[in-house]
Amino acid sequence: MTERIFGIRLFLVLTILILSIRLFSIQIIDKTYKKAAEGNFIKKIIDYPYRGLIYDRYGELLVYNEPVFDIEILPREAKLEDSVDIKALFDITQEDFDKRYQKARRFSKNLSSIFYEKLSNERFAKIQDRLIDFEGFSVQSRITRGYTVNALSNALGYVGQVTSQQIGMDTSGYYKSGDNIGVTGIENTYEEYLRGLRGVRFNKVDVRGVYMGAYENGSFDTLSIPGLDIRLTVDAELQLYAEKLMKDKIGSVVAIDPTTGEILALVSSPTYDPVLLTGREYSKNYLDIQSDTTKPLFNRPLQAMYPPGSMFKTIQALIALQDHKIEAKEIIKVDGSLIGDHAPPGPYDVERAITKSSNNYFFKVFRRVIQQGIDANPYIDTRIGFENWRIHVLQFGFGQNLGVDLPNEKSGFVPSLEFYDKIYGKDRWKFSNIYSLSIGQGELNVTPMQMANLGAILANRGFFYAPHIVKKVGDINNSELERHFVGVDSAHFQSVLDGMQALVSVPGSRGYIPGLIFCGKTSTVQNSQGIDHSGFMGFAPRENPKIAIAVYVENSGWGARAALSTASLLIEKYITGTVKKVWLEEYVLKGDFEDAKPN
Amino acid sequence: MQNQIKYQVDFLAIVYFVLLVMLGWLNIYAADYDPELNNSIFSLDQSAAKQMLWISASILLIAIVFILDYRFYESFGYIIYFGVIILLVAVLFLGKEVAGSTSWFEIGFIKVQPSEFAKIGAAIGLAKYLSTYDDQRFKKQRLRRSAAFFLLPMALIILQGDLGSAMVYGSLVIVLFREGLSVRLLLFALYILLIFFLTLLLDQWILLVVILAISLIALGLFARATKGFVKIISIILLTFCLVKSVDIVLNDVLKAHQKQRVLSLINPNADPLGIGWNVMQSKIAIGSGGFMGKGFLKGTQTKFDFVPAQTTDFIFCTIGEEHGWLGGTFIMIIFGAFFMRLLMIAERQKSAFVRIYGYAVFSIMFFHFAINIAMTIGLFPVIGIPLPFFSYGGSSLWTFTALLFILLKLDSKRASFLQH
Repeated sequence: MTERIFGIRLFLVLTILILSIRLFSIQIIDKTYKKAAEGNFIKKIIDYPYRGLIYDRYGELLVYNEPVFDIEILPREAKLEDSVDIKALFDITQEDFDKRYQKARRFSKNLSSIFYEKLSNERFAKIQDRLIDFEGFSVQSRITRGYTVNALSNALGYVGQVTSQQIGMDTSGYYKSGDNIGVTGIENTYEEYLRGLRGVRFNKVDVRGVYMGAYENGSFDTLSIPGLDIRLTVDAELQLYAEKLMKDKIGSVVAIDPTTGEILALVSSPTYDPVLLTGREYSKNYLDIQSDTTKPLFNRPLQAMYPPGSMFKTIQALIALQDHKIEAKEIIKVDGSLIGDHAPPGPYDVERAITKSSNNYFFKVFRRVIQQGIDANPYIDTRIGFENWRIHVLQFGFGQNLGVDLPNEKSGFVPSLEFYDKIYGKDRWKFSNIYSLSIGQGELNVTPMQMANLGAILANRGFFYAPHIVKKVGDINNSELERHFVGVDSAHFQSVLDGMQALVSVPGSRGYIPGLIFCGKTSTVQNSQGIDHSGFMGFAPRENPKIAIAVYVENSGWGARAALSTASLLIEKYITGTVKKVWLEEYVLKGDFEDAKPN
Repeated sequence: MQNQIKYQVDFLAIVYFVLLVMLGWLNIYAADYDPELNNSIFSLDQSAAKQMLWISASILLIAIVFILDYRFYESFGYIIYFGVIILLVAVLFLGKEVAGSTSWFEIGFIKVQPSEFAKIGAAIGLAKYLSTYDDQRFKKQRLRRSAAFFLLPMALIILQGDLGSAMVYGSLVIVLFREGLSVRLLLFALYILLIFFLTLLLDQWILLVVILAISLIALGLFARATKGFVKIISIILLTFCLVKSVDIVLNDVLKAHQKQRVLSLINPNADPLGIGWNVMQSKIAIGSGGFMGKGFLKGTQTKFDFVPAQTTDFIFCTIGEEHGWLGGTFIMIIFGAFFMRLLMIAERQKSAFVRIYGYAVFSIMFFHFAINIAMTIGLFPVIGIPLPFFSYGGSSLWTFTALLFILLKLDSKRASFLQH
């Protein structure tokens, strides 16, 4: 045992000896450490990457990086005798000066704080030279997001400083305090590409902080790598025009190129000025915007849910045609007794029923789809028909996310067997409980994005591409184009499109665009909370379609007024490049959709 | 009522303790000293002032240790041990995550790190187990089994993500060595550790080829007898399994950031801006101290915050920079004398429990001391463990104080222990 006791003591002594020798070697023999420390202090400077820029589909710049300059004051060193010159330099009043100075003074006498925020590049250049004369003033430069247009805010999203919570949740270990991160919109979904890679530089500085060159010739330095630029599918001109038309209204516009699924315009109204969410006033502005009762941060095209209303009749017709429950030219007589209706009684085929939006016709069509007479028990028969119908509806992209490359997409709602079982009990509901679905009311809920996608399906006669807003990331095209077929043969679209065309082909009417053959369907969406919502869905031109569009204007009554007018103007603008119907533009801008239909 | 000789508390050990704590406090004051701000040392913004508070509280702790009956620790040995194990399990579920490790309880503004206090529990639990039934026939078996007493907390602390603190428990192998653990078993454990680290460092196929080559040479040289042959073959097979399983754990079981943590432990340069940079700065600070140092409060590197965690894990930088090789070696000699004293105290016990506990205290403190200094001068990867009595912070100061004074209390009663 004694040799072990001795061994442990020897181990202790040897360890201390080794440590002491190593200490001797780095403190006395090796002079490099001494040199590194002597006079050469090393300053670590984070080199923040440039965030990728965002362009519209034609390469017009939308979002860029803007250097701004904050002037900081150190109250201990600032001389109040200079105040006259400083006021002149910044062009501020005595009162304003006192306020700014006192605020900084209250914060701390010994620590710098902001005196004047966000000087632009040009203004800073003008005062830069003179500023050196004033003690206690210094400059901090930083980079914020700049916007060429005040538009598309909800889709673009904004950038903020990463929170400690986000750092904690980040498994990649990239984020460090002080980094920026995309909070919503494209800035969020494409964060990984936009952010770039942070770099770091180690500079030698003397005791006074004066730059003395790179440490170890920069061998520890890494350059920041700028983020990738993004090209959107959005047409900035169309977007701006759509936002202009939707100003002071509540609602959404979604325009899609049906041949690719590219989103051409995406309006959420009311919206906010993206500039408000940059810079130091961010927190205050954010609270203001967030507490606004009109919910400007709510991205309506993807998140607002409404019943589809009469626009849904197009799908009802297609499903019935596909399942051979009706024929396109089959005449069905209605007397207007089954369900409330604005269409006159009489004989209807598919085309006329769509054009006139006959509720009673679609009541009968939906009854044929649901009650197929497969089972004698009406409850079981309804279940079979309903499940078949539901599968059809889901194929049109309803009740599920379309896979749009923007955050927080809502899936809408298509009721299921279980849903009705829960309400009425199993085998205790039949057609008479669910007939509201025939005219797109009842429990159905869809997003404006899904409605625009329906426009694209109709334009393509039976398939769609997932709508997306990014065309190109860096040099790589967003080429994942997969056709989603809806399970209805293209031949069945003919009569439905005839009806939609007739609706917007009355010369002199709001929808009519001279020289353009296109298709559309309106909805007057019943709203139990107040005035009905105005809805429109369509595409243009009928042959070789270029644009599919959906418009919802809340509390504006008839679909044939607010929504149809807005859509018609946008279609004309996109297809022809100009708007000739000045009277219609004035009507929409005025926003007074007289005798908006009461509930 | 037989032997009434009263022993005093070991005076020399207390002298070393006071010396180390006071020197430690002076260095925290120096590390945090800002020549530009003439803040009072009593301002609670300063680490030194807060450390003074922790030191005062440790006097209270010493008083509690001395008031408690000396038999308490041995009688309640297992209860204390399982108490800390429960805390270590609880912190996994209820703890707060700080910098990737869930090792803190947060109660209001107070933060407690059970892995610190668990060291006391592990020392007591191990001592209790090894000292019961002093039967020589089962000694070897008992020694091997006792490793579970520190492997369990070690595993729990690794789960918290605090590999550094977990490694401290490994130092208790010194206790087993003192108590007679077979050297062959120790070498075997060392061999496994070596292979483990080599697997992380080298390409596994290169490693396997090298091992195979060495084993074949060994076979040729020593394997005359069949017994030796079987042994060497089984070692080769085991090595292969080990290399493979380390590889699987590293690449398939661990998550990316956990893997990064393990790898940067082995190779600090893997993360040059993080840990590697810290070591570079630490070496510059210490290296610039020279023979005599720059003088108290005259350090430039530490003053300008170049060294990270300079009051806690890297406190030795301040010593190295301001007091040079002479000061650094002086402090290491005080530590050495202190450790020698601990070993002496442990050896003079009649009670196996106190002896083993004494060795456990020595092992834990010595490991902290050696590894902490080694990592500041680039001899060991940075694993973030404090320098006893020097590093800023209540948890570690109290743990070391309690470890020491429980030993001193037991030592002062050594006459009262029944002789075996």
